[in-house]
Amino acid sequence: MKNIDAALHTRGESEYADDLPQPAEMLYAAVYGSPEAHGKVLKLDFSEANKVPGVAAVLTAKDIPGENQIGPIIQDEPLLAKEEVHFAGQPLAVVIASSPQTARKGVGFITAEFEELPIITDPKVAYAKGEIIGTPRTLAIGDVDAAWDKCDLVVEGTCDMGGQEHVYLETHRARAIPLEGNVIRIHASTQSPYACQRAAAKILGVRHHRIEVDVKRIGGGFGGKEDQATPIACMAALGAWYTGKPVELVLNRSEDMRMTGKRHPYISDFKIGATKDGKILAFEVNHYQNSGATADLSTAVLERTLYHSTNSYFIPNARISGACCRTNLPSNTAFRGFGGPQGMFVIECALEKIAEALNKPKEEIQQKNLLKKGDLFPFGQRFQNNHVQRAWKNTLSSYDIEGIRNRIDRFNSEHFGTKKGYAVMPVCFGISFTTTFMNQASALVHVYTDGSVSVTTGGIEMGQGLSTNIVKIATKAFGISSERIKLESTNTTRIANMSPSAASSTTLLNGNATVLAIKQILSRLKSFAVEELNLPDKDSFTISEEKILHNGKDTGMTWNDLVHKAYLSRIGLSAHAFFATPDIWFDKKKERGEPFAYHVVGTAIVEVTLDCLSGTYDIDSVKIVHDLGRPLNRRIDMGQIEGGLAQGLGWVTLEDLQYDEKGQLLSNALANYKVPDVYFMPDDIQVKFLTNADSELGPYGSKAVGEPPLMYGIGAFFALRHAMKAFRPDLEFPPTSPLTPERVLMSLHPEFLEEIKELEFPSHTLTEETV
Amino acid sequence: MSISTQFILNDQDIQTNFHPGILILDFLRQNEKLMGTKEGCREGDCGACTVIIGELANGKVTYKPVTSCLMPLGELHGKHLVTIEGLNLPELSPVQEAIVEEGATQCGFCTPGIVVSLTASLMEKGSEISRDSVMRALSGHLCRCTGYRSLIASETHLLNAVDNATGTDALLEKGFLPGYFRKIAERLNKIPSSSKPDGVVEDFLIAGGTDLYIQENKAIPDSPVTILNLRQELKEITRKNGYISVGALTSFEEFASHSDILEIIPEIEEYMFLIASWQIRNRATIGGNIINASPIGDMTILLLAMNAHLVLQNGIGTRTVPLTSFYKGYKQLDKTNSEVLTEILIPVPAKKTRIHFDKVSKRKCLDIASVNLAVRVEEEDGFIEEVGLAAGGIAPIPLHLKKTCSFLKGQIVSREIMEDAIAVMQEEISPITDIRGSREYKRLLARQLVIKSFIRLFPKRLSAEEFYEKY
Ligand SMILES: Cc1cc2nc3c(=O)[nH]c(=O)nc-3n(C[C@H](O)[C@H](O)[C@H](O)COP(=O)(O)OP(=O)(O)OC[C@H]3O[C@@H](n4cnc5c(N)ncnc54)[C@H](O)[C@@H]3O)c2cc1C
Ligand code: FES
Ligand code: FES
Repeated sequence: MKNIDAALHTRGESEYADDLPQPAEMLYAAVYGSPEAHGKVLKLDFSEANKVPGVAAVLTAKDIPGENQIGPIIQDEPLLAKEEVHFAGQPLAVVIASSPQTARKGVGFITAEFEELPIITDPKVAYAKGEIIGTPRTLAIGDVDAAWDKCDLVVEGTCDMGGQEHVYLETHRARAIPLEGNVIRIHASTQSPYACQRAAAKILGVRHHRIEVDVKRIGGGFGGKEDQATPIACMAALGAWYTGKPVELVLNRSEDMRMTGKRHPYISDFKIGATKDGKILAFEVNHYQNSGATADLSTAVLERTLYHSTNSYFIPNARISGACCRTNLPSNTAFRGFGGPQGMFVIECALEKIAEALNKPKEEIQQKNLLKKGDLFPFGQRFQNNHVQRAWKNTLSSYDIEGIRNRIDRFNSEHFGTKKGYAVMPVCFGISFTTTFMNQASALVHVYTDGSVSVTTGGIEMGQGLSTNIVKIATKAFGISSERIKLESTNTTRIANMSPSAASSTTLLNGNATVLAIKQILSRLKSFAVEELNLPDKDSFTISEEKILHNGKDTGMTWNDLVHKAYLSRIGLSAHAFFATPDIWFDKKKERGEPFAYHVVGTAIVEVTLDCLSGTYDIDSVKIVHDLGRPLNRRIDMGQIEGGLAQGLGWVTLEDLQYDEKGQLLSNALANYKVPDVYFMPDDIQVKFLTNADSELGPYGSKAVGEPPLMYGIGAFFALRHAMKAFRPDLEFPPTSPLTPERVLMSLHPEFLEEIKELEFPSHTLTEETV
Repeated sequence: MSISTQFILNDQDIQTNFHPGILILDFLRQNEKLMGTKEGCREGDCGACTVIIGELANGKVTYKPVTSCLMPLGELHGKHLVTIEGLNLPELSPVQEAIVEEGATQCGFCTPGIVVSLTASLMEKGSEISRDSVMRALSGHLCRCTGYRSLIASETHLLNAVDNATGTDALLEKGFLPGYFRKIAERLNKIPSSSKPDGVVEDFLIAGGTDLYIQENKAIPDSPVTILNLRQELKEITRKNGYISVGALTSFEEFASHSDILEIIPEIEEYMFLIASWQIRNRATIGGNIINASPIGDMTILLLAMNAHLVLQNGIGTRTVPLTSFYKGYKQLDKTNSEVLTEILIPVPAKKTRIHFDKVSKRKCLDIASVNLAVRVEEEDGFIEEVGLAAGGIAPIPLHLKKTCSFLKGQIVSREIMEDAIAVMQEEISPITDIRGSREYKRLLARQLVIKSFIRLFPKRLSAEEFYEKY
């Protein structure tokens, strides 16, 4: 089945929040963000902004009728800052005006004065000063302290991982429309309509049911709109509440980049010990998460980092700790992988170091420590199957690792200035929200008397193909043609209390809820068919290709007849159903439990070519064996794998998020924050699927696919280091990501730094950007 | 001021008195409510806002894709503006079909722009559909969802459907473009040429706008503007005695595809791969690159190495200055406000001349250089008779490496000479630390690019190994 939105997308007819027909008298908002990263607000002057013709209002914290608080887990985040600002770009005021241009002009006239407070951008500095969000966490298994002595070899290191800007092509936006009876309807670009509803109600001081959030689709989210769409929706709602008119707020790219959080940068200290043949006996890691100014989802992100700190490996003695460190950056947030990539990155660095010390290929060490069925994770869950081993072996044999190794060795011995490298990257990613209660969803299904069907779920279509998957699931469950099924917008009046669309779990949760709702309707229809056709046993009825079958035989009755007759006989043709993932739990006091419904696994081989003279490189190929379960839709799943991979490759290579020591974002435009483009991606991408790996839980045996493939991209980091080693075997390179051409070149030529240090050339003293 | 701009938007005649400096993107979404054109960055970097511009010349309309977020409305006068809505047919077009079939759209936000560019590539008469042509059409687009493989795979579908019958006429014949395209030339012909007097210099002189709008986006809609592109005579490339004269308004694409330029810079198309994107190259002018005076301007660096001269014109007369002495300091030019750059004179190099240009940026394509370097040498058996060297990103101005050139002139190329030349260069350059790299990195990169370029130009005399004996 093709993506049901695809044709509309290609015609430019798909509507995003601000494409909907504009209501008369709509006003437009723009946000005044703090110019400083940390300070006491001494003065906020918007009198000049108010004078700009066309400006209708300038709203500040004082204008919030309810509670100025939008923190999702910990209540530490005001919608509009009042006494203090904690990051550059933090919203202080919202200007409402007759056009977006006028609103921005108004923003330009606002001035503020601050008493400067010390600015922290480094998570270790924050940690040392006690700037910790929530409480530090530790997962432990075995006896690490006792295990070091048994190791033949112990190495240590520090990983420095950069953040990542989401670059959803559609920036944050929302339109709020006041309706009768103090109701506000918000069309938001959010992954979490309920979060927007909850927060807007709190801001306005009304009950949840006064706020309606409606989402047709969003132009990409990747986690960036899981929690951080909330303030945007709230600011639009505040504007609409205050002016009584529809208000639209669309951040432009530079505002979006400056005001919203990104993937968390981490600094992680590790220590790892192994036997002389490469069996890992002990591992210890301390993750310092750069959380930014507020809690946002940081504690949950950290939790997943801890869970994935041993990636696909069994380590008998491990102590895995982490802390969310408060810094003066925009609050970092969910991003595809949700802390998992950082956890995996560190253990891969640690294994690389062991391999180097033992002078063995890294994949030999990796293979020796792969998870087997029944192995324990450091949080007490047992690994359920042999798929890690199977995916690994399958990858190595079907893509001929031996051949790759020989080919690359030969190339490297024959070439001087150009080197090739490769790396094998296994991934084992847990599926479920790690916060157990969030693993719930509901669906609402209506059958109309003409036999057409309307489905609403709490899931958001953001490009991941949810709508198509739900239609496919409903088609299968009903046994009727897909043309009969229409997927509705996601709306808080039809589905209450939905969890965000995240954690790769959206199809699992909402698909299962849809199946349950359809089962209710079918059960009623079948009971009715027993009477109507005078045939026994309702379970003997099935529906296939719109025909009603009894024990597989055509009864002559069609879907249309059945529905119509059922209606006349006053049979209910609508159902609402609820699904909660069974058998998952976690005890935070003991740091033990079974947080995941299952794991998605796979292995990738990444090959690169490095121009050692200029530090530039190409990613030549990525070859993957991925565990997909029984795919619901291969086209969509492939798209998820390739798209996730691109983001993973970008994270460890090009995507160079930079702030200065004043907490100002330097990589503040797409001109200087580069994401993969068409030429960056490898020409050769191959994906094979692990067979017989169906999930019992996913709808029709399918498995989650959104996040895990991103982490294959981490392989590029190690492939590049392999190539760098081939050029400079005498050097050791710090595990700092992303590995930009600059980092590569500087690492390959450390002598040059010495040379020019002596020369001490004056450099011109310009401060302007050199563009 | 109220100047009427008259053009055709898809199938519709438009006459508007809007400020000529407002962006086409804003006009489309805010005034025409054509929502298929998306805003992803407003800086030319994402392609979501791509539209096609048709221009009439010799009775034929030629079409090319541009980013509507950097192009002034006023420039549409007498032109055909095509948006995604204007490409839609009752059924899906081959481009749309290919994207649907390959699953090459996810969130869909980038998709209309991509459809527009791919269609534009089919509208180029005589163009061949290939992996390269598809990738070129995608060069100015970001898609954060798909990872591009499925988009590239549209090639097969396009080949099947279009069968290399490219160009608007062929597409019309197959029913792959709406029928109204047939009458566009006729309709454009009826639009009277712009009434704007030439030679008036207003607050803002807009050429391609690809630098200016990024710097002055807010101010332009409130200021008087001159739209240089309405002056067709500034777009010509001609041969004069010993020079090739390039009109200042020549776009990068026009420059790189002109036979006279290909003759003197045979590898220009290769360099273009490293420079901007298809849409931007259709807009970016050579003159704009020079006047913008960015220290990393790629064409400026190339032209510096080629010892180009500039012809500047004011109301009274013209004068010629060598590019090598045009830059006085950061964004300070040997030019008065009333002067317009009209042509660039490139001396036709001697037969044995060889040219090389290289650029390193974080991302290989559609990125600004950390350092770029251009070399022009005339040599005989390794003996350098004449040399032009210029580098960007290493000084407040696009830098002609004057001292390095005079050092190299008259030398026989060897590793030692190159090491010495690099030492001279290090004295000449003064990079700063910024988002494109630390000053140390830029120094190292400048050195590496000199080594790489000379190895490429003198493969028999130099090899990479020699430069690493020390390590
Ligand atoms: C996405 C993107 C990618 C880019 N990539 C590259 C790249 O890879 N390499 C590169 O070098 N540049 C790049 N650029 C920068 C830009 O495209 C070039 O510098 C281009 O040549 C500028 O030309 P323009 O016609 O658009 O100039 P405009 O923006 O129109 O003008 C620039 C300045 O020059 C003045 N001016 C223009 N023409 C004249 C004239 N004839 N007489 C007097 N004054 C004049 C204008 O008033 C203005 O001050 C990129 C830009 C974008 C947006
Ligand atoms: S909006 Fe991104 S290129 Fe125009
Ligand atoms: S499909 Fe989402 S950005 Fe391309």
